[in-house]
Amino acid sequence: MSTARRTKQKRVMLVASGGGHWVEMMRLTPAFADCSLAFVTVQRDYEYQTKRFEGSRYYTVFDVTRWNRIRWIQTVLELMWILVRERPDVIISTGALPGFFALRLGKLMGARTVWVDSIANVEELSKSGQKIGPHATLWLTQWAHLAKDDGPKYRGAVL
Amino acid sequence: MIFVTVGHQMPFDRMVRAVDEWAKANGRDDVFAQIGSTDYIPEHIQWAATIEPGEFHRRIEEADAVVAHAGTGTILNALELGTPILVMPRRAALLETRNDHQVATAQRFLEMGKVAVAMDETELPTMLDEVSDLTAGGVISSQASPELLKALTDFVHRADG
Repeated sequence: MSTARRTKQKRVMLVASGGGHWVEMMRLTPAFADCSLAFVTVQRDYEYQTKRFEGSRYYTVFDVTRWNRIRWIQTVLELMWILVRERPDVIISTGALPGFFALRLGKLMGARTVWVDSIANVEELSKSGQKIGPHATLWLTQWAHLAKDDGPKYRGAVL
Repeated sequence: MIFVTVGHQMPFDRMVRAVDEWAKANGRDDVFAQIGSTDYIPEHIQWAATIEPGEFHRRIEEADAVVAHAGTGTILNALELGTPILVMPRRAALLETRNDHQVATAQRFLEMGKVAVAMDETELPTMLDEVSDLTAGGVISSQASPELLKALTDFVHRADG
């Protein structure tokens, strides 16, 4: 592969917490077949699932939630370090809070951002999903009935 | 084999206890449960607090049926692997989760014909009696809908403007 082609490859960072957030994110990966991928999650033992993405990078951050605010600073610092290293063109998150922080920090650094609210949020957007709107270049819900003209859009689901 | 899982975040003793009592009443010795970090110890089924993602996948794949909290990760994994799944939603009022999103998740996936649902521990034993008759909600592909994948591909390559 030529160097010229490599430099043109889009750098995409995928940020997802554990459980459903991670499973949903992995189902999005076919969309980024020709991109340079960085995975950011909260536990080490998903790494084996990313080995099939040649040249991808894998990072973990502290699993911060709304309920352990005192640790937010740790996750934010870890994300800043990863963002400086990765310089992503695009950041995509399926939640939860670490993804919210990643999008906000990434946007400040000039990245284009996508929030895909988890399919688990059937009746209303997640708390992070409700607040991310102004900071997401593309703001998505996976339920058509939650889409609004001035709110998240519906562009299909992980299923 | 029946594989019971509560997911990786919080225990769900109400469901595990109901399965344990059902296994005892029916003399079942083919139940394995991943139960999370909890003080409740099942007596009639095999169990582990946590298992690695690789083993988690393998157990779902090999199971005749999965019995789980109504977490989307577990539901999607079961559908991808073609294993029938019976879910019981966590309830916020019982401090099993932070809101009742699992109730809505269970109902939506039930309407789509993808899962069987026991709304609570009183419904669970009856549903478990019929667990061997459960059929998978159709194997789903391992990727998101074409519409969503296209939206994301277009976004990354700015085809959306």
